Amino acid sequence: MHDKNQNRDFHHALTVHNDLCIGCTHCMTVCPTQAIRVRNGKAIITANRCVDCGECYKACPVSAIVVEQDDLEMIFKFPVRVILIPSVLIGQFPKKIMTSSIYNALKEIGFTHIYEVENTVDMVLEAGRQYMHEQKERPMISSYCPAIVRLIQVKYPSLIGNIMKVNPPIDMSAMYYREKLKMSGIPEDQIGLFYATPCAAKIAAVKSPVGEIESAVTGVININFLYNRILKFLQRKYTESKPPETDDLLSSRGILWSLTRGEVIHSNGRALAIDGIKNVNEFLENIENEKLDQIDFLELRACDESCAGGILISGNRFLTVERLKNRAEEYKAREDDKNRKLTDGFLNINEHGFLGDIGPRPMAKLDEDFSAALKKLERQRRIMCFLPGFDCGGCGAPDCQTLSEDIVQGNGQISQCIFMQHQMIKQNVLSQSQAVRITDKIWGEGRLEKNCNKLGAEDENN
Amino acid sequence: MQVRHKISGGDFARAGNVASAVKKILRQLNIEHSVSKRIVIALYEGEVNVVAHAYSGVIEVDIDEEKIETKITDKGPGILDIEQAMEEGFSTATPQVREMGFGAGMGLANMKKNSDSMKISSIPGEGTIVELVTYLKPHA
Repeated sequence: MHDKNQNRDFHHALTVHNDLCIGCTHCMTVCPTQAIRVRNGKAIITANRCVDCGECYKACPVSAIVVEQDDLEMIFKFPVRVILIPSVLIGQFPKKIMTSSIYNALKEIGFTHIYEVENTVDMVLEAGRQYMHEQKERPMISSYCPAIVRLIQVKYPSLIGNIMKVNPPIDMSAMYYREKLKMSGIPEDQIGLFYATPCAAKIAAVKSPVGEIESAVTGVININFLYNRILKFLQRKYTESKPPETDDLLSSRGILWSLTRGEVIHSNGRALAIDGIKNVNEFLENIENEKLDQIDFLELRACDESCAGGILISGNRFLTVERLKNRAEEYKAREDDKNRKLTDGFLNINEHGFLGDIGPRPMAKLDEDFSAALKKLERQRRIMCFLPGFDCGGCGAPDCQTLSEDIVQGNGQISQCIFMQHQMIKQNVLSQSQAVRITDKIWGEGRLEKNCNKLGAEDENN
Repeated sequence: MQVRHKISGGDFARAGNVASAVKKILRQLNIEHSVSKRIVIALYEGEVNVVAHAYSGVIEVDIDEEKIETKITDKGPGILDIEQAMEEGFSTATPQVREMGFGAGMGLANMKKNSDSMKISSIPGEGTIVELVTYLKPHA
């Protein structure tokens, strides 16, 4: 929608379901990158700006934001069906449900091999240490959360050099198990490697990886979908069959990795953990000004309580954190918890540990050409003299500044602003009927007529 | 294009707001990060200087196709010995200001380092004017 020169091939896992969307602006106002507009009464996500953080999904009152996923039937195309589960999948179940029961349920659903995503965190740690040693840029920003990596690409491109280009556990584990199964004699085309994802950003990361040529993951299954299937299975009486293929590589470090502070506890220098995309946004804004090079490492996560607060996690995030902390304590008591190094050689740090180049996708630039950009900026500032600054969203853009930007980019008109309409009618430069037409175009015809089917209205439950 | 911002002395909570606003503009103009980073750091230091030492100030940023000129004018105590003030580590900041993490005596030095030219004029008891120029393309 904005810049024709920008790469349009970014895969996004979030889409708007047009039949459900009521054009209510909730998603538009929470989007941290101003990626959403309302047109014809429906929300539209601008691909170039979206970072797949899922704030819109959380804010939507009618569940009209859809997270795509691969069809579960797809797994049956493969004789060997591996599911990589993150520790938060287990964490959201009540304590009385044993991990082994969850494994059994996953086997019943159709998976032949079950491994935990965080089995390879010691390898990630080692790669991270090596990277910190070789690269002198500070602070180093963890590459763990794909929404954060994307946020930096679109909004803070000057910080791209600070991203620690180390493969996160999901990629490390996918490569590890693919290699291991291959070496055990299974032809590669018979291995389907699936990832149970807690969020949309991880789906986007698998489908259009940043700094990686191709992901070793075959497909993604959403955790909330699996959660329901697992619960359904556990409600039935079942006879325990042969347990699924698995291994015992998980450590207390792995269990805690996806939670807030899961990475910083291993940092030797000065390190901070920040969760919640609003907090991260605020912090990144600051570190661009000041040179915070006395901080060594930043763990930044888009969701409150990190992955326990992932948009596809059904369980209460605080209880999930509690259960995982308890699980980690149990693991810590084990004698071999400290020594979980993968010694079988299927994973090699230099070959598998690091990400390739991460490019900028700056969303703020008004034009490639400097003088054109300067003209647009001057015009934008002039337009802002007229817009009221209420940020009401009545124009179908999240705030006045975004509308002014849309206008100079040729994607909007000043008469979209309902207060400007008022002014323009007063000055006889706009007719009532023109104003009505403009508003209908944004909010859809009939959208403003009486309707008692909304929250708080007479028939709110219908 | 000119951007003009007022700063009030002593308002540490807002130190950095001008730098942020200018940074946003530089992003919109798609100015190379290595260049905009220098401008923003220099500007931030200048902003903190006004907040830490002066009563009030004005920052004017002029942008054209060649360069970015920043003029920081403050009403304040002025600088007695500019040469000494330029030395790294020299600071007249009060212990309270230092406690807040400012006043390390690197401000002016950092501003010089992060601009292509810097001019300071000051009248003790009245105020200081710092003028910075940063070229958008490497300048001979």
